[in-house]
Amino acid sequence: MALDNTGQRVFKVVGTRPPRPDGVDKVTGRALYGADMSAPGMLVAHILRSPHAHAEIVSIDTSAAEALQGVKAVVTAADFTPQEDEYLDDILVNCLARDKVLYDGHAVAAVAATSADVAKAALKLIKVEYRKLPHVTDVDAAMRPDAPIVQSGRSLETVPEGMSENVTSHCEFGHGDLEAGFAKADLIIERSFTTAATHQGYIEPHACLATMGADGKGDLWCCTQGQYNVRSICADLLGIEASQLRVTASEIGGGFGGKTTVFIEPVALALSRKSGRPVKIVMSRSEVFLATGPTVSSSTDVKIGMTKDGRITAGQAHLRYSGGAFPCGTVDMGAQAAFAAYDLEAVQTLGWNALTNRPKEAAYRAPGAPQAIYAVESVVDELCQQLGLDPLEVRLKNAARKGTKSSYGPTFDDIGLMATLEAAKAHPHYSAPLGENQGRGLSAGFWFNFGGNTCVTLNVNTDGTVGITEGNPDIGGSRAAISQMAAEELGIPYDKIRTIVADTSSLGHNDVTDGSRVTFSVGLATIKAARDAISKMCSRAAQIWGIDEEAVVWEDGAACPAGPNAGKFPPMTLAEIAAVSFNTGGPIAGHYEFNADGAGVSFGVHLVDVEVDRETGGTKVLRYTVFQDAGKAVHPSYVEGQMQGGAVQGIGWALNEEYIYGEDGRLQNPGFLDYRIPVASDLPKIDTVILEIPNPGHPYGVRGVGETPIVPPLAALSNAVSRAIGKRLHSLPMSPPRILKALSEA
Amino acid sequence: MKTIHVSTTVNGDAAEFICGPDESLLDVLRNRLGLTGAKEGCGTGDCGACSVMLDGRLVCSCLVLGAEAEGVTVDTIEGLAEGDHLHPLQQSFIDHAALQCGVCTPGILVAAKALLDRNPDPTETEVRYWLAGNLCRCTGYDKIIHAVMDAAKTMRAA
Ligand code: FES
Ligand code: FES
Repeated sequence: MALDNTGQRVFKVVGTRPPRPDGVDKVTGRALYGADMSAPGMLVAHILRSPHAHAEIVSIDTSAAEALQGVKAVVTAADFTPQEDEYLDDILVNCLARDKVLYDGHAVAAVAATSADVAKAALKLIKVEYRKLPHVTDVDAAMRPDAPIVQSGRSLETVPEGMSENVTSHCEFGHGDLEAGFAKADLIIERSFTTAATHQGYIEPHACLATMGADGKGDLWCCTQGQYNVRSICADLLGIEASQLRVTASEIGGGFGGKTTVFIEPVALALSRKSGRPVKIVMSRSEVFLATGPTVSSSTDVKIGMTKDGRITAGQAHLRYSGGAFPCGTVDMGAQAAFAAYDLEAVQTLGWNALTNRPKEAAYRAPGAPQAIYAVESVVDELCQQLGLDPLEVRLKNAARKGTKSSYGPTFDDIGLMATLEAAKAHPHYSAPLGENQGRGLSAGFWFNFGGNTCVTLNVNTDGTVGITEGNPDIGGSRAAISQMAAEELGIPYDKIRTIVADTSSLGHNDVTDGSRVTFSVGLATIKAARDAISKMCSRAAQIWGIDEEAVVWEDGAACPAGPNAGKFPPMTLAEIAAVSFNTGGPIAGHYEFNADGAGVSFGVHLVDVEVDRETGGTKVLRYTVFQDAGKAVHPSYVEGQMQGGAVQGIGWALNEEYIYGEDGRLQNPGFLDYRIPVASDLPKIDTVILEIPNPGHPYGVRGVGETPIVPPLAALSNAVSRAIGKRLHSLPMSPPRILKALSEA
Repeated sequence: MKTIHVSTTVNGDAAEFICGPDESLLDVLRNRLGLTGAKEGCGTGDCGACSVMLDGRLVCSCLVLGAEAEGVTVDTIEGLAEGDHLHPLQQSFIDHAALQCGVCTPGILVAAKALLDRNPDPTETEVRYWLAGNLCRCTGYDKIIHAVMDAAKTMRAA
């Protein structure tokens, strides 16, 4: 049997770069995404949204809309039963406003009709009487005791008295004696930072197709990062049993955390139930910006003390996040991640979440970490500047390592931060010369990584091929990585394996594709499912040879007799065993299910060179290098892809992207023209260096890689700009007007 | 609303459809002709996911009316491969892992082909500027640029 021999194992398939199984579908236009499915008799639905940032809904009259020729169903919050569970009720109220609209674009009603034109015309006939209420969109303003209350009664007991009711939660992490730590410092710097809310910006808008009959059975096709999660939420909100709702995940056109919840899916199901017809909803881009997952906006104070020779003596951060109009736990993750890259004697982080009249936050790649680490890494950089120290040396001196008690509690096992920093130091990028108005910035980054509930089935076909059924939508090549791990374990070629993503009725529960968990957890389950199948194949071979099961081992894709009494039989390959399986006990399959633990934290370091145009305030990224520990890169091209894609999203966040609200509390830039994400001509080559410090929690050493790369760019860019112009900005994005303002103040 | 009858050529085949006077070519392709390869990322000409060729010109099909297809040729991602033989750009995108989610890929392939048809030997900068109208949120563009440059090389050698 194959062994867990991390570190010495010579891989045959893992670490190579085979073509992805869904490649041809995706380059020919054949792959079906959320909006690409239709059904006979299908209706099209559109959603009416609030024009106000905050208002009471006095009344809704849908009668004229219902009377319009071609309208088949109209739903509002009144068509749903309020949920006892607050988490579920918040999702429901976000899907359709109940008593108040809480942000510009909040959904109020939905119409299903025979055509999009009729549905849109019907929306105009719905009469909603609003009573406008004062609004607040800024997190600091929302925390003040006199702020307009977004939702009352939502504060947890953890919130200190005297704060606005908008403050829903408070958290605290850290260890050691802060006062003593700061007393040892030669220099203490304390600064305040803000970051704008940004959107995940997936190119595919949310879309779904729902069918629900009078018998209470439903089918839902949608673009999601987690079909099981969609099923359980929708079943609860519609009051049906999970077994009666089958959810199929379409190909997904990007998610980055933003497709981990529901927005339109319960609405489409309700409309379908009411009309008895399939109902399709596709969001427009402006709806995506207005009503789906931006990140938190943040306001953070950081205080760090350092000795003259660069040792950090104490660190403290106060983080104020707003996850929009609903309670949000993201600040907890920011507060835990803020100082994770450092080995500190004294550290404390405090966090608060406040309600604002903004859309409900949804996860975005390492949620909460970029904002916190931006503030910490900016202050560390300023300390280096003022003390005349090399920022990389200072990070090496203070880096968390094996045995470090992390700032959020656990003690680190094998981690790759030191190796990553060393690689950055040795890289030619770090010593390349810079010109006028140019600056180099660096930042470390961190993410926890998750495991979670996972289950995989592996079927051995009689022709010697293998089918893998897994339950996590493939967001960036995971089917390839999973097939590779199965091929590695079984000892058969990669192209003998086909991995498919199952619907909710075909496989047991799998957690959402998030937390950088898929290659780690699903990969681990696949390896274990393969081992389950291998043990069955060994037993079939033993049966054929008439020897003991224990006397058979699996080597290079074949069962072989082993040990003194096994006898001499030629090895039986997987294909040979599979071919006779119907005569030796029936089909052969492997299965594994578990709640994965041991994901292994991930660290990265980014280096960036920028040039700032003093006339326009524009920042050009000249050179960019990402260093990251992947544990073991299963398909290095897709690992590089995660590193590059995350880095570029971070560049957008640092330089351009932001939710801009007017005085009226309405979003002013809900489109790609005014919410500008990086385009190809904005960017240089994004260089990547993969480090492989094996994760002890995985037989091949795999760590999640998807989230960490969005964390360092914010501070790396800010540090680079500050060195280029000799002036530090404390707000993101560093858009041209902000840079010009900073320059004019110089 | 009065509908319009349109006769056109899509990926080399004669096609006919009826559409509303305000219906976009993208909606016609997706909803009336069953060609869902072109995607709607924005509907406002800002993302390029809907890129197709109209009479040999690269256009955002969300900004073109279905009626404008009358009497001209329309080429979409579905027509890029010849039978089961992938276009060198398609093969290069698979080989270079130039797609993650793949939703931008049809538009980028159509746009990249339009570039290589007029400039078989573009510089990296030219590729970056040509594709500046095609948003990709997953890849950071790096592998896309490589894939296009490499396909251009293959095509020049052929
Ligand atoms: S959908 Fe046409 S440019 Fe975005
Ligand atoms: S690969 Fe996802 S948007 Fe380009």
